Amino acid sequence: MDAILIQILNGLDKGGAYALIALGLTLAFGTLGIVNFAHGALFMLGAFGAVSVQQLLTISKRVKDESITFFDAYKEIPYLEIWWGDTGRMIIDYAVPISILFVIPFMLLIGVLMERGLIKHFYKRTHADQILVTFGLAIVLQELVKAYFGANPIPTPAPAVVSGSAPVGAFFGLGEDLVYPWWRLIYLLASGLIIFAVFAFLKFTTFGMVVRAGMADRETVGLLGINVQRRFTIVFGLAAVVAGVAGALYAPILPPDYHMGMDFLVLSFVVVVVGGMGSLEGAVAAGFLLGILQSFASMNEVKSIIPGIDQIIIYLVAVVILLVRPRGLMGREGVMED
Amino acid sequence: MSLKNNLVVMLLFSAIVLSAPWWLAPIGANYPDLLQKFAIFGLFAIGFNILFGLTGYLSFGHAAFLGVGSYTAVWSFKLLTMNVIPAVILGTLVSGVFALLIGWLSLRRSGIYFSILTLAFAQMSYSLAYSVLTPITNGETGLQLSQQDPRVLDAMAGIVPTEGLPTTNLFGMPMSGYSGFYFCAVLLIIGFWVTLKIFRSPYGLKLTAIKSNTMRMKYTGFNTRPYLLSAFVISGMFAGLAGSLMAVTDPLAGAERMQWTASGEVVLMTILGGAGTLIGPLLGVGIIKYFENIFSALNDSALRAAYDFLPAGLADFLTTVTSPFVGEGWHLTLGLLFMLVVIFLPGGVMQGISLISRFLRRRLGMAGESGGAS
Repeated sequence: MDAILIQILNGLDKGGAYALIALGLTLAFGTLGIVNFAHGALFMLGAFGAVSVQQLLTISKRVKDESITFFDAYKEIPYLEIWWGDTGRMIIDYAVPISILFVIPFMLLIGVLMERGLIKHFYKRTHADQILVTFGLAIVLQELVKAYFGANPIPTPAPAVVSGSAPVGAFFGLGEDLVYPWWRLIYLLASGLIIFAVFAFLKFTTFGMVVRAGMADRETVGLLGINVQRRFTIVFGLAAVVAGVAGALYAPILPPDYHMGMDFLVLSFVVVVVGGMGSLEGAVAAGFLLGILQSFASMNEVKSIIPGIDQIIIYLVAVVILLVRPRGLMGREGVMED
Repeated sequence: MSLKNNLVVMLLFSAIVLSAPWWLAPIGANYPDLLQKFAIFGLFAIGFNILFGLTGYLSFGHAAFLGVGSYTAVWSFKLLTMNVIPAVILGTLVSGVFALLIGWLSLRRSGIYFSILTLAFAQMSYSLAYSVLTPITNGETGLQLSQQDPRVLDAMAGIVPTEGLPTTNLFGMPMSGYSGFYFCAVLLIIGFWVTLKIFRSPYGLKLTAIKSNTMRMKYTGFNTRPYLLSAFVISGMFAGLAGSLMAVTDPLAGAERMQWTASGEVVLMTILGGAGTLIGPLLGVGIIKYFENIFSALNDSALRAAYDFLPAGLADFLTTVTSPFVGEGWHLTLGLLFMLVVIFLPGGVMQGISLISRFLRRRLGMAGESGGAS
């Protein structure tokens, strides 16, 4: 029972990341009809947003270490700590949550620039061309990050308060020794919140209503004198923000490196396809579903029956779904069903 | 005597390929390692082009066939003989069977779904090669030769390895250096002949027709699936052949050859050169492999030396600006180049060439007319 609970939590966690990226992919596809292979790179950029905020906050001064007397020793003290003492130390500790504040406007800017600068010219081109040009962009982005931050993963710790483990066992009355990292719980909560926010935004605001109408029938909405294009551009920026925030929050779980985006992208595409192209609910549901499936498949009990299943379960599910139910779990009938 | 004649084309092509060590010497690309790479990736790309260039089906899973070809070839070296002929034949056939299986499933869908399906299959093969199939693939270490391998055919012929690892050979001729290149080159010529035949046949025309309008083909009562499947299998076999040649020139096989980035590489080469054209993919391979070789060897001091003729300040500035694009950053240059090609020249280098030649012809033609008028 304990093991199952832990696996479900693990799965939801990973599923949260898949769902957030898949949500952004679906937004871009549903509105602009763009298949964006650079979306994983946006996730990675978000994670490196957290890294750079952390590095900015810890810019240090080299001072003499007075505690060592028999030779000259130096140590690095961050300026923030020198200026503000404990308050400065606390700010550094909270680098990852603080970075969210910077990641949001930054990713919005990147998203809008990308749409206006590149994607705009590819509406009329084939999906293959879209895949190719965004694939090229993804290579460029990840190589730029590699050139600046290096090829090694950069550890980006979560705040000390939540670095320990939460006694989840006690929450559910299952015994004290069942624990789960706090930050992962927070991540799970945050991804739920973001997904909820995106849906609420689309469902309950006028802007969201126009976007949904545009997704259903772009021409008619345009005939009503509404500038659909501008709204879709903003939605693309929003998709970039979702990916970026997901990446920044994921940094403490998986130290960011330059190819993390590609790793997640391939899986997220599979998630989108399983959920059904263009279906937002499908993307989220499939994200969590595949996350949980994957974590169950990596249990030792399962692996001993079917060796290697943990490596391929997601792809296997995708293949089966694509072959027996072409439009995915929740895809609308007739959308990309050929 | 025109390029319409297959024989002329083949003679010309063979002459160019076989004399490559000679005419590539001035640009410093005539050493065997690079030449072998040209030929091997050339085969990979022209094979991929049969599928993508003719039918428009974008596969992101061709690296899987490359990997299968490599593994099969190394196993043939381990179990049968160090002679390369069985290795190449087996590698091609086994990956053909593999391609038949994957193609039969993937071709039920088209467009982006086809891309995702092939990607999924390739990633599955890659993950399995790393984990469960370790007895066959030797996991992370990669499959290698050892002196204790049985090599049944060699043993029957009385060839017993004496010291160190045996080398791959063609009836006694070692397959390294220039002889390795010539072996790959001959296979490249044969492969090119096959593609030429396909391009200039009713079969090739039907594949092109599928690309331009599948729906119409279907409505005229034409079953597209056997054509697509056969094209998929042929291009898979080309990939397998390329993979086995990789093992011939360097007898080890690793799972990283099957990763989807490797599929991405062949897509880049084909598009860069010009998908759907006969020699476009070969041009793409040549450009990418040549510049990869040059650019990844460059470093800051080499750049500084290259800018030496400029004023010191300017040279320093240029060195700083260009250094992220060379050496480790070669992929950045490649990514940018690729984006530019997709945006401005969807037909690749071949489209560029035809645009320039049309422009020149018009200019020359106009000059001729005005000359005639005066």
